[in-house]
Amino acid sequence: MIDLAVVDLSRLQFALTALYHFLFVPLTLGLSFMLVIMESIYVMTRRPIWRTITRFWGVLFGINFVLGVATGITMEFQFGMNWSYYSHYVGDIFGAPLAIEGLMAFFLEATFVGLMFFGWDKLKPHAHLFVTFMVALGTNLSALWILIANGWMQNPVGAAFNPDTMRMEVTDFMAVLFNPVAQAKFVHTVSAGYVCASVFVLGVSAFYLLRGRHVGFAKRSMTVASAFGLAASLSVVVLGDQSGYALTDNQKMKLAALEAMWRTEPAPAGLTLIGIPSMKDRETHFGVHVPWVMGLIATRTIDKPVEGIFELVATAEDRIESGVIAYDALEKVKADPADPVARGVFETHRRDLGYGLLLKRHVADPRQASPALIQQTAWETVPNVPALFWSFRIMAGVGMFMIALFATAFVLCTLRKHQTRWFLRLAVLSIPLPWIAIEFGWILAEFGRQPWAVEGVLPTFLGASSLTVAQLWATIVGFTLLYGALAVVEVRLMLHAIKKGPFHEQQTFETAPDTPSDPSAGARAPAAAVA
Amino acid sequence: MDLPLDFATLRLIWWGLLGVLLIAFALTDGFDLGVGALLPFVARTDEERRMVINTVGATWEGNQVWFILGGGAIFAAWPFVYAVSFSGFYLAMFLVLSALILRPVSFKYRSKRPSRTWRSLWDWGLFIGGFVPALVFGVAVGNVLLGAPFRLDGDLRSFYEGHLIGLFTPFSLLAGLLSVAMLVLHGAAWLSVKAEEGPVLDRARRFGTIAAVAALVLFAAGGLYVAYGGLGYRITSPIDVNGFSNPLRSTVEAAPGAWLDNYGRYPWMLIAPALGFLGAAVALVGLWRRSAALAFGGSSGSTVGIISTVGLSMFPFILPSSINPVSSLTVWNASSSHLTLFIMLLCTVVFLPLVLLYTAWVYKVLWGRSSTGALKTNPDLY
Repeated sequence: MIDLAVVDLSRLQFALTALYHFLFVPLTLGLSFMLVIMESIYVMTRRPIWRTITRFWGVLFGINFVLGVATGITMEFQFGMNWSYYSHYVGDIFGAPLAIEGLMAFFLEATFVGLMFFGWDKLKPHAHLFVTFMVALGTNLSALWILIANGWMQNPVGAAFNPDTMRMEVTDFMAVLFNPVAQAKFVHTVSAGYVCASVFVLGVSAFYLLRGRHVGFAKRSMTVASAFGLAASLSVVVLGDQSGYALTDNQKMKLAALEAMWRTEPAPAGLTLIGIPSMKDRETHFGVHVPWVMGLIATRTIDKPVEGIFELVATAEDRIESGVIAYDALEKVKADPADPVARGVFETHRRDLGYGLLLKRHVADPRQASPALIQQTAWETVPNVPALFWSFRIMAGVGMFMIALFATAFVLCTLRKHQTRWFLRLAVLSIPLPWIAIEFGWILAEFGRQPWAVEGVLPTFLGASSLTVAQLWATIVGFTLLYGALAVVEVRLMLHAIKKGPFHEQQTFETAPDTPSDPSAGARAPAAAVA
Repeated sequence: MDLPLDFATLRLIWWGLLGVLLIAFALTDGFDLGVGALLPFVARTDEERRMVINTVGATWEGNQVWFILGGGAIFAAWPFVYAVSFSGFYLAMFLVLSALILRPVSFKYRSKRPSRTWRSLWDWGLFIGGFVPALVFGVAVGNVLLGAPFRLDGDLRSFYEGHLIGLFTPFSLLAGLLSVAMLVLHGAAWLSVKAEEGPVLDRARRFGTIAAVAALVLFAAGGLYVAYGGLGYRITSPIDVNGFSNPLRSTVEAAPGAWLDNYGRYPWMLIAPALGFLGAAVALVGLWRRSAALAFGGSSGSTVGIISTVGLSMFPFILPSSINPVSSLTVWNASSSHLTLFIMLLCTVVFLPLVLLYTAWVYKVLWGRSSTGALKTNPDLY
């Protein structure tokens, strides 16, 4: 039997390291493209202020980027370390996007990022812009491949179980590549990164404007952030994750859970705006409903029903029963690889093998499971409804707020009212919000996938390595200390760099190319640039 | 589906590519690790240290991708190896990860504050980030040659019956020290290419000389141990090179001395150990005669030779099991499916040349020796 303590600790460790990693990734995704925009303006206008703007946000980008890279190494290796059986079971499919990510994306960003920082005096402006663009392209392609990998866990297309190798093997690589869940996730995730970076640039610029420092610098940065942020916040909400929710039983379950929709409603289904879902009573108390909306979002039609949790559990029960038959046939194939009858039965029920494996949480041999146990296990396919319900509402609420924030910023910048103080205060206070929304978004996606590591294929608890509780605690404590210390250092360096401001280095290095010979020019540069 | 290359050929190609990736990692990020390990010893003042860091500052990040790609490629092409080795060498992997997390941060954050303590702390971070991975990689390779204590059950789930301390046997420590010597030599050779003439380079040459001699001695000692120390495994059942990737369908037994079998069967393979020795000797001459080309060419050749020797000696084994030899992972039983190997090869053929092309361009732009003088005028170098 699997040691469930090891499974829980492995999940805790994955959650900690992944959520921590994703504190740095969104800013990298968005800020890299904002650097491209800023530097493009510099290359087109050749006005030194835009070089200063690019270099300053580049410094903050660098402080953040390096931790994204460092914590990304953990991500690449912990599948093998903590999820060894998962790695064996789906490595034939899941490993490919990770390897291609390295080959196609990670090399690109990592090779050029050094030149981006060290190459200012070695490259002509347009060549340096090209380098910056390659970094942005690399980081965003990296997200594409990771989300193809993650999308496959949510919707495992293009693969089948091979009883001879006891694992999933790829049957249609194009299906893995063009998985609709992955496509939707990619757009949603990178857009969220663009919003995150826009809020960061907007908030820091607002801070300068409130203090009356670096005004010309801050106004320009704010203008770029408001335009980029408005486009991105619209994209993140409109091109949300929703499109993939009708595809698989687990995706349907995730949708029903995040809406706390216990029973199928006649089409088009209503949306529960707010309420208190209870796992124990299997209903939502004090729900405030809006008719029609859910059906429209989930099915994009008015006549298709959205399935509720009770109905999905009934489906799961059928699939577990079929999965037990598949498991029985597989055991016969393992005993005699040449048994044609067993292979035939296995082919018929192969789709449900994963559901049969769910029973292994309670019995070593799923064939021994009683009908009551099967029913109990079917209910275990329901993820934590209140957690999903609230995560979704926090995420979506912040998303809506972001649109309002950037629409206001855009209008104010267009009207040249950059110095509207109530808005500047709001912008500074909004800095943490995108991170909160993004982390809750991941909780929604991954917590909502439970009990599966790969939907319908491999239960999470089977994926863990055969480790000991002591080993896991050692690494969890180790990672927490290391990551905690680095987080403190990172935030302090960021604040330090923001406090020093964009013109600090020109005062230190008088020979920097765009610094006038007058040593006090640094402080006056923004005013001169505005003129 | 009919693919233009058969399963056995693809397995062989991916075994070769695994070697290519590991060697590329050792050749490029290897000197970054070596320079990191040398940093506190060859550079004393703050400016000297910054100058040494700048010899790798702009390129280490790209070089490190060979390691990450190595991890990804093992996952994609050899999922059994990825699953068994990373979970088996669990705490050792954690040590390497911690060191490799410390390294990027040290590179980037070191010069953000002027305080001496701050900078010295990160400089030691770079030392740890260079020395620890170099040592642990070598120890891991030593353990692979010895065989790892794992077994697979009927579901092909892996169980590991060793612990962290058990990884440090005399032979694996020897392999670890060889790895450190090899990469420190390579780092010193890189400094002879990239650092300005002066006290730093003189110190680097002295450390490089010691490392080259150590590499020669340790490589020879390792060879003797492999011949007479009772190492080796042999497949005893007929091999189906196109068969399913299921380790339990072949039989394997421990066979002391078997790691030398291949050299009898294919004498050309002796080129690899010869290159290991010859390269280190050439590097030694290069360091003495102050020839950057000989030093770096020699250390590169030695690195290629030493790593190839390990791979060729074990072929077709990739990760033998010491407690249950039947579970051993080989080229013929531990790969991905035929289709995955083929698709991954296509991706490699398209993207690897591109990677080499733009990496070469970046090195060309950054060509030239790093100097302490430039630090005073160029803000990007600090």
